[in-house]
Amino acid sequence: MKRFGKFWWDFIVGDDWRVAVGIVIAFGLTALLATTSIPAWWVLPLAAASVLWLSLRRVAR
Amino acid sequence: MGLTRGWRSTLVGAGAATLALAAIVGALGPALTVIPIGTLRLVVGGLLLVFGLQWLRKAILRASGWRAVRDEDAVFARERAEAADAPRVERAGLDWYAFTISFKGVLLEGLEVAFIVLTFGSTQGSIPLAALGAGAAVVLVVLTGIVVREPLGRVPENTLAFAVGVMLTTFGIFWGTEGAGVDWPGGDAALFGVLAFVLVTSLAFVTALRRRKLAFA
Repeated sequence: MKRFGKFWWDFIVGDDWRVAVGIVIAFGLTALLATTSIPAWWVLPLAAASVLWLSLRRVAR
Repeated sequence: MGLTRGWRSTLVGAGAATLALAAIVGALGPALTVIPIGTLRLVVGGLLLVFGLQWLRKAILRASGWRAVRDEDAVFARERAEAADAPRVERAGLDWYAFTISFKGVLLEGLEVAFIVLTFGSTQGSIPLAALGAGAAVVLVVLTGIVVREPLGRVPENTLAFAVGVMLTTFGIFWGTEGAGVDWPGGDAALFGVLAFVLVTSLAFVTALRRRKLAFA
């Protein structure tokens, strides 16, 4: 059971769980902005680039 | 596995995994079509984005020198030695080691491919078209393997991983945003803008990390 859970964790989340958490937060912000008149299409591209860079920097230091 | 432990058990394992995959796809495919398209795009977009960023992260770290590029020849030699050393246990008339390794390898890698094909097909409303694309890719890979004959050592693996990461991230951002209830400026044409953004940003990250690596050297 533990190995089964680890397989799915590795399959979906991978090496850096912070990336997945960042993307979930970005989705929440996008959905929130979608209910207002503020454009929200820029949130996910910016969030993807930001969480990727932060994840890379954690390795490259 | 076939070269080291023999082809019969290896091919039986790969065949059994292919049948299992077909059963999973047969059950999952129709189920996906009854999910509302907005929900499907949100979930699929999120998963593709997380997958894509995993691929991109590894490819960028390798391309910039912060992680070693996989030496496929060394991996092949190591795994071949491991397979040759494994004890031979017969079950159901098969070499159980060759059967299980082939079965697990084909099933797990196949699941990832099946997931991508099913989600791409269902979000765009044509699973058969996505399956046709996947089938064409299989034919291309097999033909390339036959022509090149030494595929693993020669395939530019990290470049492929980088390209896959860029594509998965692009579609993840595009569908995820639509699934969250947001329209893209310019409609579907915005996909090319997202692709350009992801590609340019990723290449800029490679350049920045290479410079950082040189500065540390």
